[in-house]
Amino acid sequence: MKNAATKAQDMRPPREGPETETGYQRISIRRGTEAIVIEAPPAQDGAVRGIRFLSRTVAFLSPSMLLVLWEVLSRWGLIDSRLFSSPSLILKTFLPLLRSGELLSHVAISLQRIVLGFMAGAVPGIILGLSMGLFEPLRAWLMPLVSSTFPIPKLAIMPLILIVFGLGEASKVFTIGIGVFYLVLINSMTGVLTIEPIYLDVAKAFGASKKDFYLTVAIPGSLPMIFAGLKLGMGTALLLIVAAEMSAAQAGVGWMVWRAYDMFDIERMFSALLTLAVLGYLLATLLEIIERKVIPWKEK
Amino acid sequence: MEGKVDAAIRRRPYGAFTDVSQDERYAKDLSRPAELPPGVCVKIAGLTKEFKMGDRTITAIAGLDLEVRDGEFLCIVGPSGCGKTTLIRTIAGLETQTSGTIWVKQPSNGRPLTAMVFQTDSIFPWMTVEDNVAYGLKMQGVPRERRDAVVRSLLKVTGLERFGESYPHQLSGGMRQRVNVARAFAADPEILLMDEPFGLLDEQNRMILQRELMEIWRERRKTTLFITHSVDEAILLGDRILVMTAHPGRVKEIIEIDIPRPRDLISLRGDPRFISLYKRVWELLSEEVLRSRAQEAARR
Repeated sequence: MKNAATKAQDMRPPREGPETETGYQRISIRRGTEAIVIEAPPAQDGAVRGIRFLSRTVAFLSPSMLLVLWEVLSRWGLIDSRLFSSPSLILKTFLPLLRSGELLSHVAISLQRIVLGFMAGAVPGIILGLSMGLFEPLRAWLMPLVSSTFPIPKLAIMPLILIVFGLGEASKVFTIGIGVFYLVLINSMTGVLTIEPIYLDVAKAFGASKKDFYLTVAIPGSLPMIFAGLKLGMGTALLLIVAAEMSAAQAGVGWMVWRAYDMFDIERMFSALLTLAVLGYLLATLLEIIERKVIPWKEK
Repeated sequence: MEGKVDAAIRRRPYGAFTDVSQDERYAKDLSRPAELPPGVCVKIAGLTKEFKMGDRTITAIAGLDLEVRDGEFLCIVGPSGCGKTTLIRTIAGLETQTSGTIWVKQPSNGRPLTAMVFQTDSIFPWMTVEDNVAYGLKMQGVPRERRDAVVRSLLKVTGLERFGESYPHQLSGGMRQRVNVARAFAADPEILLMDEPFGLLDEQNRMILQRELMEIWRERRKTTLFITHSVDEAILLGDRILVMTAHPGRVKEIIEIDIPRPRDLISLRGDPRFISLYKRVWELLSEEVLRSRAQEAARR
């Protein structure tokens, strides 16, 4: 309940009042004898645009400021530049590496391993995941196996992989593949299992055959989850490439990191790390583009 | 045997998608076509449906007898939980009856027996409006040119011509429900089953869609079973109103609506025939609603 004083105040004719402490304009609307006071935000087309510009600037500035801080700390000797280097020193190593093509040749080798490993994991992951989602007996049979082997760290089985697949490309592709496989499998299966039951009724009510059901409901309905799995898998592939190239490799960006570490060439090591970051970003963007093409119905 | 399979589907809907084709199911019932009297489209005798829930058995429908006339619009009202939805799901082949027989007029030239409009948002998000409307035809294997022609005419009737290529997430709730209705009409079934198709829409959209539905229906004269909770809607749309008893569902009474078409709600509301019909249906219905409440209280 309003007290008499505010009520009397509100009885005055409506007017556009001055800005209140909140920066909002006070607009009074009279309805009968009751008055409603609405604190309306001022027209702010420009303000919204300003905030958007600001947030974009900040998004660009915050990493740049970190780089500047790093440079300054290194130059003033507050951190040991022999251990942590500095952005300018890294750039001095990075650019010649890039120009000579040496870096790109390592990128090409790593990329080939990532792509092959990703495919080797994703394709069976999707097929088996969808099958396990669709067929209860298969799920009952394989799920315990998946649940028990999934948590084993892939790094822990590296020696085993080397024994089985030897020192060549196969072991690297397999390491990445196995990491991607589980994530894609689990997501694809979940994708099928979380399709709204109503769509199953629709398929049945309109006389869809088993094959029709797979093609028109099960697969398209689980695509968003499959892509979530693929994205997670791509992240894992980049984690695993460094591990895979740690042993028994003579080239690759991951190998570069370890080699530079052995030689205590810190700038070279950071250059390789930077390359991995860029590579990861590009691959994630590529997947986003493919996703938008494959799932045009997905709400943005 | 079939009942078992169906129960299995309900428990794990995706694992065991069995497509007991509708034709197969009805074939054995239709082996006694002599029992289908002339002018009758659907004859139901002693229909009983029980659900197993844990070790309890719940009887949704207990010995329901019904004759649906050829080409009529039959509205079904009844207290919630009385088995209305179970009744039409059983006719649609989405449930299998525990006992009893359903005879349905054999559709000519390979048209489907039933098509259903669901209460909830049930159009496939991964298909364009066109593909959603064409779904039933595609499942029947209708060639592309004929499919396109049917889809085009239905999009026109439902005012969705300009949205054929749109995805459901780009449409409003009312438009999506229009697609839902268009999909069922496109399948050109012998019987159209509608489960509170406008229940979730706002008043304005509901009124517009009721009018559109009437227009399509008058043009095509399809036998329609239409569940609604609104007595207004039942009198507006139906040739007859079936009032069901509280759980377990039986036929309480069938009321003829002798108001000539076209009807519209505004002039209907002042019509003395409407008022007496409304009173009659409401009396029957409220008896059952009170009984259903008493049942609920007793169960506590």
